[in-house]
Amino acid sequence: MTIDEANRRATQAVLESRPVLVGTAPAAEVIAGMHKHLILHAGPPITWARMSGPLRGAVLGGVLYEGLARDDREAQALVERGEVQFAPCHHYRAVGPMAGVTTASMPVYVVENRAFGNRAYSTLNEGYGKVLRYGAYSDDVLQRLRWLRDVCAPVLGKALERSGGLDMKNLIAQQVQMGDEGHNRNKAGSALMARLLAPHLARTSTRSDDLAAVLTYLADNDLAVLNPVMASCKAMMDAAHGIAGSTVVTCMARNGTDFGIRVSGLGDAWFTAPAEVPVGLFFPGFTQDDANPDIGDSTITETAGLGAFAMAAAPAIVKFVGGTPQLAVQSTLEMYEITVTENPAFGIPQLDFRGTPTGIDIRKVVKTGITPRVNTGIAHRRPGIGQVGAGLVRPPLACFEQAVEAFAATLP
Amino acid sequence: MAVRTLLKPSAYFDSVTLMLVQREVRQLPGVEEAGVVMGTDANKELLRDAGLLTPEASTARADDLVLVVRAISDDAAAGALTHAETLLVQRRAPTVGGPYRPKTVASAAQMLTGANLALISVPGRFAAGVAKDALVAGLHVMLFSDNVSIEAEIELKRTAAVRGVMVMGPDCGTCILGGAGLGFANRVRRGTVGIVGASGTGIQEVASLVHRGGGGISQAIGTGGRDLNSAVRGLTAMQGLAALAADPGTEVIVVISKPPAPDVASQVLGAVQRLSKPVVVNFIGASVPAAKAMHVALTLEDAAHQAVTLATGQAPRWPHWEALPAQEAGRLASTQKYVRGLYSGGTLCYEALLLLQRYAGPVYSNTPLDPSQALESALRSRGHTVIDMGSDEFTVGRLHPMLDLDLRCQRLAREADDPEVAVILLDVVLGYGAHPDPARELAAAIRQARLRAQAAGRWLPVVVSVCGTDEDPQDYEAQVATLIDAGATVQASNAQAVRLAGLIAEAAGSRGEPHRPMELPAPSAPPTVPEVSSILRLLERPRVINVGLDLFAESLTAQGVEVMAVDWQPPAGGKQKFIDILDKLNA
Repeated sequence: MTIDEANRRATQAVLESRPVLVGTAPAAEVIAGMHKHLILHAGPPITWARMSGPLRGAVLGGVLYEGLARDDREAQALVERGEVQFAPCHHYRAVGPMAGVTTASMPVYVVENRAFGNRAYSTLNEGYGKVLRYGAYSDDVLQRLRWLRDVCAPVLGKALERSGGLDMKNLIAQQVQMGDEGHNRNKAGSALMARLLAPHLARTSTRSDDLAAVLTYLADNDLAVLNPVMASCKAMMDAAHGIAGSTVVTCMARNGTDFGIRVSGLGDAWFTAPAEVPVGLFFPGFTQDDANPDIGDSTITETAGLGAFAMAAAPAIVKFVGGTPQLAVQSTLEMYEITVTENPAFGIPQLDFRGTPTGIDIRKVVKTGITPRVNTGIAHRRPGIGQVGAGLVRPPLACFEQAVEAFAATLP
Repeated sequence: MAVRTLLKPSAYFDSVTLMLVQREVRQLPGVEEAGVVMGTDANKELLRDAGLLTPEASTARADDLVLVVRAISDDAAAGALTHAETLLVQRRAPTVGGPYRPKTVASAAQMLTGANLALISVPGRFAAGVAKDALVAGLHVMLFSDNVSIEAEIELKRTAAVRGVMVMGPDCGTCILGGAGLGFANRVRRGTVGIVGASGTGIQEVASLVHRGGGGISQAIGTGGRDLNSAVRGLTAMQGLAALAADPGTEVIVVISKPPAPDVASQVLGAVQRLSKPVVVNFIGASVPAAKAMHVALTLEDAAHQAVTLATGQAPRWPHWEALPAQEAGRLASTQKYVRGLYSGGTLCYEALLLLQRYAGPVYSNTPLDPSQALESALRSRGHTVIDMGSDEFTVGRLHPMLDLDLRCQRLAREADDPEVAVILLDVVLGYGAHPDPARELAAAIRQARLRAQAAGRWLPVVVSVCGTDEDPQDYEAQVATLIDAGATVQASNAQAVRLAGLIAEAAGSRGEPHRPMELPAPSAPPTVPEVSSILRLLERPRVINVGLDLFAESLTAQGVEVMAVDWQPPAGGKQKFIDILDKLNA
């Protein structure tokens, strides 16, 4: 099988995937190998010593949330004694935005790829402001996480069960037609999710104030659907992973220190290089100097052809790319240069419903020097402050150069 | 006086951009000399000649951009460098808000509906890769680039033949397809004469002369100079012949090439004999066994003459400028004996080498007819010398002399100072892609050369042929007038110009004998007739993906041809290690 044939097989798997959001469950119940002393994080593997501010904060918050320590000093001591293990979410079929910290008792969305049977997981989105994913771990943050665990996730889970599951492929296709790119903008998709779940939520026999709180959570959070979208993308890309001879990228992820990619035909290997600092627009009071290097597993959306790859579909957020819808269109057109195929399920209205660019080929990236575009939120470099802006970043070319070198080494 | 150098590693710019920036920087106040070039060996040599090869510049690699400025003060030099950088960035600025410029052939082909041809003019070592991408995208290829290996050429042409598309080139300077001039091409009347040519300026000379003789051109298909050698076996020429035979607009076919490999020639002639249309063959310097419906021409002018006669039923009459070789020779000083030809057109140069021998004896060259007549260095003439300034040693990392006349003007001045030089022979090639006003630049150099010779007590005839038409953007008549005004003697064809220069040399005492033509074997039947349906669609209406020199895209747009220009950069940023790895992955 030639590389091109292998890549066609890999991207065919992406195109044929049918991710369905089927429910919620505590991480330890559904993620094989998950345990109380294991903390999953975004991006490629990393040690405590090399973690950036927001990831460290989120890790401490995770330790506190699991009740392994009484305060942050104790939590840090525990971590420094090596009594907590770290692993990338990606090693456990999971993805997490920003710090991506996922612990055993946290609830996760379960997405099932009905075409291939594989599953993928992602935590519930916490909303805005001080949140764990940006490294905050104060009492109110932990309180919010406990509410998500004790009230929100079970109710959403029941509604999902009643609904028979949300067809995420369909939902993503609709949100792309409604001005979302699925990464930085999820306003339409979150509204769709709330609309689809509301009738089922009403029949979950939930106390009315809890039900009201869950509906308010969905109504107030434009990012509510981000985590299910990410898990859907993960389920699609896992279906494309492990095809011998394929040079298609199946994962791009950042831990706040390194950017890492994985390639379908190169097994479990990560190819990493120092993460860049995103350039973008900042909330009042913050500047570029406050920005942490690139962080989060949300680049799984770009890997699957959404996010910056579908930028042309999202004119509302063109400020990130220079201000005009024309530039948004150019962003997407550029990504066709480095991808294997187009996903007809996700038609972009602005491009006459041309499918999103899908299946990044490491050969094309190295040949053209065009690295994938990534839309991203920007974390403050100190833990606990939260999101300071949003903007654009690209992975270092070195990740792709290493990957083609490694690939060449597999050939006779 | 101060010299400043700036090195930009792995920064690729096309040579037109660099030439324009270099010109602008030279004109800045306080700047004495400036070089803005890619760091190839040839360019470093030029920097050395200009006194600009600083130690830093000499470390540059072929993929590095070198900027060197010599100015009256350090401030002026530094300012000029800053200005040069600004100019380069301006020229590269993306079209903000404009249409998307595709980065690869594949995406360009997707953006231009019905695209059927890639016109490739990127540096040679990247050209085969781009051509391969174009074939994968289902396009015909015109490969203007030179310095492409013969192995790559064969592989490309075999792949193309299987897919029923043509690879015209490498080193294909000229095509006229469906009325559109590609690369270096003259603007000629549309008519019934179709050309298949293994040479760029050969096609230009014949097409221009056909136009000036009252005929017109249906198609001109360039094959690249090596197509008819024994390794490539005329793959493109056979496709071109079959296509012209089937093209309803073509009534007479002209085949032009330097002498082919004998077995390939016999195959091509076999194919020619099978055609029902009359064919004029000019294998410059080879004798072709005559046969029914096949007409043999001795010079490019002769080929055009016969083609016009066959196509219109009327022999053309070229305008003649009166020439008095003996009178010119009578004004020469006793030291003046030799012809020095400085050519921009490769085939025109080749024809000059052949014809000049008859009058003047051995002619030395960087592209000699016989290895014994090879120059030790292309930079130093001896005896009768005719130089092809478009050959690799002058063009690696630098513009072709049809676009950039600087080197030829410099050389002209040097030859004029040589007391042994009796006559200078030049070609001027007009048309799309060529310099916008070559006569003006040459005229200044000719005038000055003649004045210097005169000051040294010598009369210096300068004989020029202009390959072009009244419809060319530069205007043939105006170019001729400018040259005559500068004191040049302008002839109607290259053959006539060479003859005049030869007769002057003969009158000054040289003796020559006709070049013995190469004998070609009898025609043999070619194996198969190539598939032409896709080629005929191309000939009907080319829709072009341009990769490389922007001026080719601009000239096509000016001709009303649909073009999509690729915003091309060297693969893997020019990093050889990754180019090799990608080759391995794509093998």
